[in-house]
Amino acid sequence: MALYVALCYYDRDRYWDEPPETEFSPEYTEFARRATEAGVMRGGEALHPVTMSTTITVSGGRGGDVMLTDGPYAEAKEVLAGYFVLETADLDEAIGWAVQIPAAWRGKIELRPIAPHHA
Amino acid sequence: MDASAALVKVLREEGSRVLATLVRYLGDLPVAEDALSEATIAALEAWPASGIPDNPRAWLTVAARRKALDLLRRESARAGKETAAYRWGTERAKDEIEEVIDAVETESQLRDDMLRLIFTCCHPALSREAQVALALRTLARLEVDAIARAFLVREATMAKRLVRARSKIATARIPYVIPSDAELPDRLAAVLAVVYLIATEAHAPTGGDSVARVDLEAEAVRLARLLVELMPDEPEVLSLLALLLFTSARTPARSDAEGHVVTLANQDRDRWNREAIAEGSRWLQRAVSWSGGKAGPYQLQAHLAAAHSTATSWAETDWDRIVELYDLLGSVAANPVVALNRAVAITERDGPQYGLAALGAIVGMERSHLWHAALADNLRRLGRTVEAAEELETAAALAPTEGERRLLLSRLLGVRSEPA
Repeated sequence: MALYVALCYYDRDRYWDEPPETEFSPEYTEFARRATEAGVMRGGEALHPVTMSTTITVSGGRGGDVMLTDGPYAEAKEVLAGYFVLETADLDEAIGWAVQIPAAWRGKIELRPIAPHHA
Repeated sequence: MDASAALVKVLREEGSRVLATLVRYLGDLPVAEDALSEATIAALEAWPASGIPDNPRAWLTVAARRKALDLLRRESARAGKETAAYRWGTERAKDEIEEVIDAVETESQLRDDMLRLIFTCCHPALSREAQVALALRTLARLEVDAIARAFLVREATMAKRLVRARSKIATARIPYVIPSDAELPDRLAAVLAVVYLIATEAHAPTGGDSVARVDLEAEAVRLARLLVELMPDEPEVLSLLALLLFTSARTPARSDAEGHVVTLANQDRDRWNREAIAEGSRWLQRAVSWSGGKAGPYQLQAHLAAAHSTATSWAETDWDRIVELYDLLGSVAANPVVALNRAVAITERDGPQYGLAALGAIVGMERSHLWHAALADNLRRLGRTVEAAEELETAAALAPTEGERRLLLSRLLGVRSEPA
């Protein structure tokens, strides 16, 4: 089995306000329910808009000067809006689930394999 | 034949089959490629002394399998833990040789292994660039430097592209499976597109001169033959082979003694390879009989190529049929290149003023030398030589290769010598 994170990207100007939360949230609930029942869901959250972000840099190595910036790391037209962690046998199966996430048609989904951490 | 020549032959003809079997055992393309390389070195050492084995493919498969187990053992030791592939490899190490020999000898198993490998190399999660590189390295067994030369990139760049592609297959777990019936049309289209792209790259090198390039056209035909062997009842596969045979039949006539480009209209048709055209016709007939009256884009292109291949001259070409086929092709696979070729046929069928109108209606070809050259041809025929010369200048400036630029400049000279 392999772990993937499905990164959900939305157009910066449309994310959060439009379409209204109430309209798309049931679709996410439905997706999460099905993925959970299938034993594929390993977690996932929605993220607040990037206007709520704080970007952090520590310069000069660990313990160095902390620099904070209001806003996202990179200004982009499309922003990360949330993610799901999926566990499937292979990429094809993961793609099969990713196409059911509403972000796939409201925005874009980037499917990335999660690197295993060595104990 | 000496041992190293025999080895080169086996690797070219059977290398991808050995690899396909290994991938089934190992589930890992990079390890399988490394193991095959090491087995090749072992063969170079052993064969001159022991003679060429009776079944060279089985010999290579067994040797590569042993090398793969060594590689996996080393890998596991380095990572400090057993990988799944290593456990799998050692669990089944007993009777390994008998097993491999069985595997080599089961043709249907081998067929499935090959299909899995082909569909993996052409998986849509890989870029088209990566798919093409993998097809030429993994399936056609060309050396990396030869592939790099064919695509006019540095060897290190091509090597990196291949490493990245293989490691994506392993890391992102692109599965080694034959697509389900539902997925097959799309997945097969991707495979055919890769082979077609290799063939078109042979005709229209994307820059530079055509010296010291591998014969990509022959490689594309080989790959198409392999696909036909594996999927003999897929009409689009049969059509692709037919199409590539028709177009490759014209290659001897595609340049003159000085190496200058000769367009279809001016080619010496006696130099076309009639045998290849006859073979193409046979495959196309089979494709038609399997397709149940519903022609796909490759079948339509094969019909187009056949119509040109069987015409005795450019003037004697059945332009009604060509236009009709382009109309059909435009309805299943609309793109500006199809529209451009249709406009050229319209010129021949109806005259330059109609061809000019058809060209004018095409959007998105402003950067194509072919579009400007076609405009120039119609303008010249209408006696508008000043405008024709301007279009030819633009076309020459946009031409992707030196050969095409030379051809356009010689036409420009011709137009300038005509009365304005």
